[in-house]
Amino acid sequence: MKSKKTVNISLVGNPNTGKTSLFNQLTGLTQKVGNYPGITVDKKQGTCKLGAKETAIITDLPGTYSINPTSLDESIVLETLLDSDHENYPDIVVVVAEVENIKRNLLLFTQVKDLKIPTLLVVNMADQMDRKGISINIEALKTILNTEIVLVSARKREGIETLKEALLRYETFDTTPLQSISDKIDKAYFEKIKSRLKGFSTYKSWLLITQKNPVSFISEASRTIIESFKKEQQQVKKYQHKETIYRYQYINEILKKTYFIDRSKAKDLRSNLDRILTHKVFGYVIFTAILFVMFQSVFNWASVPMDSIDLSFSNLSEWAKKMLPQGVISNLITEGIIPGIGGIVIFIPQIAILFLFVSILEETGYMSRVVFLMDKIMRRYGMSGKSVIPLISGTACAIPAIMATRNIVGWKDRLITILVTPFTTCSARLPVYAIIIALIIPDNRILGLFSLQGLVLMALYILGFASALISAFLLNKFLKVDGKTFFIVEMPNYKLPSLKNIAFDVFEKTKAFVLGAGKIILAISIVLWFLASNGGEDFKNASQIVVDKSTSQNLTPQELEGEIAAFKLEKSYIGRMGKIIEPVIAPLGYDWKIGVALISSFAAREVFVGALSTIYSVGSDDEGTIKQRMAAEINPITKEKRFNFPAGMSLLVFYAFAMQCMGTLAIVKRETKSWKWPILQLVGMGALAYLTAFITFVILK
Amino acid sequence: MRTVADLQKGEKATIEELAFDEIPLALMEMGCIPGKQVVLIQSAPMKDPLYISVNGSHFAIRRETAQRIILAKLLCDEI
Repeated sequence: MKSKKTVNISLVGNPNTGKTSLFNQLTGLTQKVGNYPGITVDKKQGTCKLGAKETAIITDLPGTYSINPTSLDESIVLETLLDSDHENYPDIVVVVAEVENIKRNLLLFTQVKDLKIPTLLVVNMADQMDRKGISINIEALKTILNTEIVLVSARKREGIETLKEALLRYETFDTTPLQSISDKIDKAYFEKIKSRLKGFSTYKSWLLITQKNPVSFISEASRTIIESFKKEQQQVKKYQHKETIYRYQYINEILKKTYFIDRSKAKDLRSNLDRILTHKVFGYVIFTAILFVMFQSVFNWASVPMDSIDLSFSNLSEWAKKMLPQGVISNLITEGIIPGIGGIVIFIPQIAILFLFVSILEETGYMSRVVFLMDKIMRRYGMSGKSVIPLISGTACAIPAIMATRNIVGWKDRLITILVTPFTTCSARLPVYAIIIALIIPDNRILGLFSLQGLVLMALYILGFASALISAFLLNKFLKVDGKTFFIVEMPNYKLPSLKNIAFDVFEKTKAFVLGAGKIILAISIVLWFLASNGGEDFKNASQIVVDKSTSQNLTPQELEGEIAAFKLEKSYIGRMGKIIEPVIAPLGYDWKIGVALISSFAAREVFVGALSTIYSVGSDDEGTIKQRMAAEINPITKEKRFNFPAGMSLLVFYAFAMQCMGTLAIVKRETKSWKWPILQLVGMGALAYLTAFITFVILK
Repeated sequence: MRTVADLQKGEKATIEELAFDEIPLALMEMGCIPGKQVVLIQSAPMKDPLYISVNGSHFAIRRETAQRIILAKLLCDEI
């Protein structure tokens, strides 16, 4: 034996079998989320010490019901298991099954086992067998399936050590296929495949023939042969169906001898809950109530930590200003970097709360019920019940939401969902909404219960969903795209959410968002600071010019300083850029300072608040939070507050519709493989934003 | 000819055959194969989609798919 060994292990299994719980238990904090080259499917990997010398690299492959993929995520499973040159080609495949759905889980197991890779079967949730009246003759099952089987309760951490010990013996695993389906279906046909396609096992060749999309790793010659077999589509399909029937017959025979269930013991939580949660009336009432609670809590729970983050960063700036020696570096830190980082950190409470809700809804199994309830309604708008998940996740961030559309089978359904998801109110809009709402809507309570500000925020969420639906309806009318679609959604058992899984999920998603968007925000903040603290001749001679101009006005030294700061900002590079676009945005009620913030939030809307705070903190000595500085801003012509009701509403509407997110545009390009769709979003949503903001301002003025 | 789309809530029946050309393989892989018992657990408004249980699996399908799953003539009350 070598002194040090690394073993490649792939986790494969149906969704809802607790595969992720097992992965979390095995890898703990070593896990990392990366990408598969070329596509954006999340690749979750981690390491695990198996024994004294052996370390395993564990890959959590996307959940799938079968080796035959119906989505891009699922095709990763097939590619990984077929391509023996793949960097993640496993030394061992661990198929995760679950005590209650073992029959369907075994379908995938028999498919994987026939690939001749060392395979181990994990039966998860073993702790629930008693309660559900299930007993399994493991020894007999081991013999018949010719495999190692380990009983595990991933959430309780039971059986993990036994699993590790079993994994160490992988080199002794028998890799004989369970059955040769080819003999049962059409011997002559499979003989023909065997004789023409060299270098693959018959089952591998059969899998290559049955796939719609060609796999990347095979030679040109093999590809041509495969294509020739594919031509007989009807036959291929018929044989695939036959194969599935044979596999189920085989599994049923086995389970008759080894799997026993005492139905009298089973307490039926599922049917009791489903009676209410999928009810024709109560189902919808409960779903609406959950959404309501979710959005109210995002605003209520997050406001305290957000205010304190806002305050601490302005205190930090003030403190740093005192501590650091005066100069360019000090200015960069106190006026560029600290407010920039503050603009990122302030997001964390809201994003984490939103991800928390979405994660709990998915973990408990409730999300599938929502898909069931909403399918018919969503279909009217050219989408599918599955579009609800992206639309709800879109309230956290459109980027993971658009990636979540991969589960939608039909291309047209999926494309429409991708195109309209950016209308939903993502968390990047929240700080913009939050600060403007705080400025223009009084902090009153209606009926002593609901905060008025919270209700306005909710109205903006509804506006987001409504515009998503309306645009979907229009796209469905006018888009000429074909797409065959089908809809099969598993209704998993209800589960109490696992704290560990949710914590990992929320942490990973929040981290990915903060790091991803954070880089852009910080970079833009620094560029903004530079553009705001430099300028042409007028900028450099600002003090002289202002002093000369105001000699007759008898200003106090403080007032004079304020005048100089304002003049400097106006003459800085950024001020000039704002001035250039001022005529375009003046009809919407905005001045050049808001223009500057609009320009800078073009790439990422959340930069808006950071940009305003940078603009207002350059050269200003009166310390205070961003909100206080914005509230004090006066329109020099009307002498009214700059952020008054009409201008504020117009800004809210503008941010509700405009497509200001580079990250989303990039992901849409990747997912649709065309520039056409992101450009349509950018132009269409931009025009809509401008028009509606203009109308809002004119009406309210 | 009765199909899964004709089931009443809570009713059980046996699958006779599936319209092979028109249903996705994934439906069979979920456990929907001839000879197995199917139960309608819940239907959404306008009986679409339908939430069924077959062969130990619980899942929802649309009405158009349910119409392709043909039931045996005899009602079976217990298997």
